[in-house]
Amino acid sequence: MSIHLQLGLARADFEVSVDVQLPAHGISVIYGPSGCGKTTLLRCVAGLEPSARGRVQVGHEVWQDDAQGVRLPTHQRAVGYVFQEASLFDHLDVAGNLAYGLQRSRNHVSDAVLQQAIELLGIGHVLQHRSHELSGGERQRVAIARALVTQPRLLLLDEPLAALDHARKQDVLPWLEKLRDDLNIPMLYVTHAVDEVARLADTLVVMHAGRIEANGPVAEVLTQADLPVVVGEDAGALLTGVVLRIDAPWHLAQVGFAGGALWVRDSGLAVGQTVRLRVLARDVSVTLAAATDTSIQNHLPCVVDAITPDAHPSQTLLRLRCGDTVLLSRVTARGVHALGLHVGMAAWAQVKSVALVK
Amino acid sequence: MHLSAEDFQAIVLTLQLASVTTVLLLLLATPVAWWLAHTRSAWRSPVASLVALPLVLPPTVLGFYLLVALGPHGPIGEFTQWAGWGTLAFSFWGLVLGSVVYSLPFAVQPLVNAFEAMGPRPMEVAATLRANTWDAFFTVAVPLAKPGFVMAAMLSFAHTVGEFGVVLMIGGNIPDQTRVVSTQIYGHVEAMEYAQAHGLAGVMLVFSFVVLLGLSWFNRRPNRHAHRHQKAGA
Repeated sequence: MSIHLQLGLARADFEVSVDVQLPAHGISVIYGPSGCGKTTLLRCVAGLEPSARGRVQVGHEVWQDDAQGVRLPTHQRAVGYVFQEASLFDHLDVAGNLAYGLQRSRNHVSDAVLQQAIELLGIGHVLQHRSHELSGGERQRVAIARALVTQPRLLLLDEPLAALDHARKQDVLPWLEKLRDDLNIPMLYVTHAVDEVARLADTLVVMHAGRIEANGPVAEVLTQADLPVVVGEDAGALLTGVVLRIDAPWHLAQVGFAGGALWVRDSGLAVGQTVRLRVLARDVSVTLAAATDTSIQNHLPCVVDAITPDAHPSQTLLRLRCGDTVLLSRVTARGVHALGLHVGMAAWAQVKSVALVK
Repeated sequence: MHLSAEDFQAIVLTLQLASVTTVLLLLLATPVAWWLAHTRSAWRSPVASLVALPLVLPPTVLGFYLLVALGPHGPIGEFTQWAGWGTLAFSFWGLVLGSVVYSLPFAVQPLVNAFEAMGPRPMEVAATLRANTWDAFFTVAVPLAKPGFVMAAMLSFAHTVGEFGVVLMIGGNIPDQTRVVSTQIYGHVEAMEYAQAHGLAGVMLVFSFVVLLGLSWFNRRPNRHAHRHQKAGA
């Protein structure tokens, strides 16, 4: 079971051409700069771009295969689409918006689906409200619930948080995580925000100029040394781990992952809880021996996996392998030279700061 | 104010004509406006100009061409004779046809504006919620464009009530057939019946004022966006 997208769309000033296989579970984040074709790709999947050619297969369902003359119109594709602006119907209240999709979904769904969507998105208190009476975050949650009640095989989200300010984003993000964890619906999530990638992505698809540059499990794609997907200050690794123990007096928690453990700030974590950690390349330095005379708490034995020049000639990006986990480290080229670092060499990664993504 | 039986007859006929015309116009103008609002065809401008022609043409010119077309040797006249309806010139249905053409831009333009203001997004959303195009049109586009429909209906109705030149050209002034308020007033003045002309003219004056007042009230209703900002600030 997977999602196969092989699509081409040519415009006068712009071309999208992709061929990608995505897992039929979890969130696949499509990441790239504005104007790289992310939204167009999503619209092609939904059948909203009449001139798109190619093949769209979701699980066993073929929605489009121009070679076979198959092309389902949008309303026959089991898709849920959440647009950047919530686009609720102004002439209907929230309940009416939810009912619109419910009445039209092909398998006659029960009220249970509606109730589940209302609870999942926490919108029970606004059912009688009109769109203009809702906050931006509520509006977007209603739009997500409205898409869910049609029981889609694939949920498409086009920068659902882009129009929201920071506080309103926090109104929606936890619900998206809940969706990912509670429902078995694959999602394609378009964004150009790194923090959303870190928080939500299971699979990361990187687009540039209408093409896919990288694609795979998020932790792997983020640490590709030959191509730092996320360049600049945001370059770094994403780790998934489990809270091993809490050092209460010092307000620290130890998170274990494949290849080691890191101490992080304890923000009310529970032992056994799964967390995502973001380790930025600029917060990782390298020593040849385990340092003891340092304030830094996190030292991981590692092997230098790759050494690549960074954007600025003074900087070097190191790819460090700690067991099954990969970290990125940004150090000066002079530092690399002074330590005599080379690929395959054993060293210690010093991690100055770890961000708890969730 | 003394209104004679003929005057009342003219008023009733005028209201009938305006009602029938408005209904037909909405049916005709909706697809035309939808096409104009969405097409990227090179035909858009020529069609838009054609629809707007009655705005600038003298009604007598319009009436003249209609008269020729409706006559026994005109294309419409030949068709109606072939269909067994006789010729439509100097008949109620001839007037209806003339009014539809004459008021077409007043029905089309508000609808084009409404459909354009709506943008393509609501129809796309409806499609992703499993609505086919017709379903989406009636359940999403029409309700969202309601102000446009109200405006189109009011303008079509009022404009038809106020027409004179076209009526005179293709309708003549036949009681109970084609004698509407405007031609009745003309008749009174011709016959030096100023008191009766005053009565009918007064009715028209009040009617027109009420329609414009209604339109102005309708346009100045607190709109949704203003409302939204209020809420966001609260």
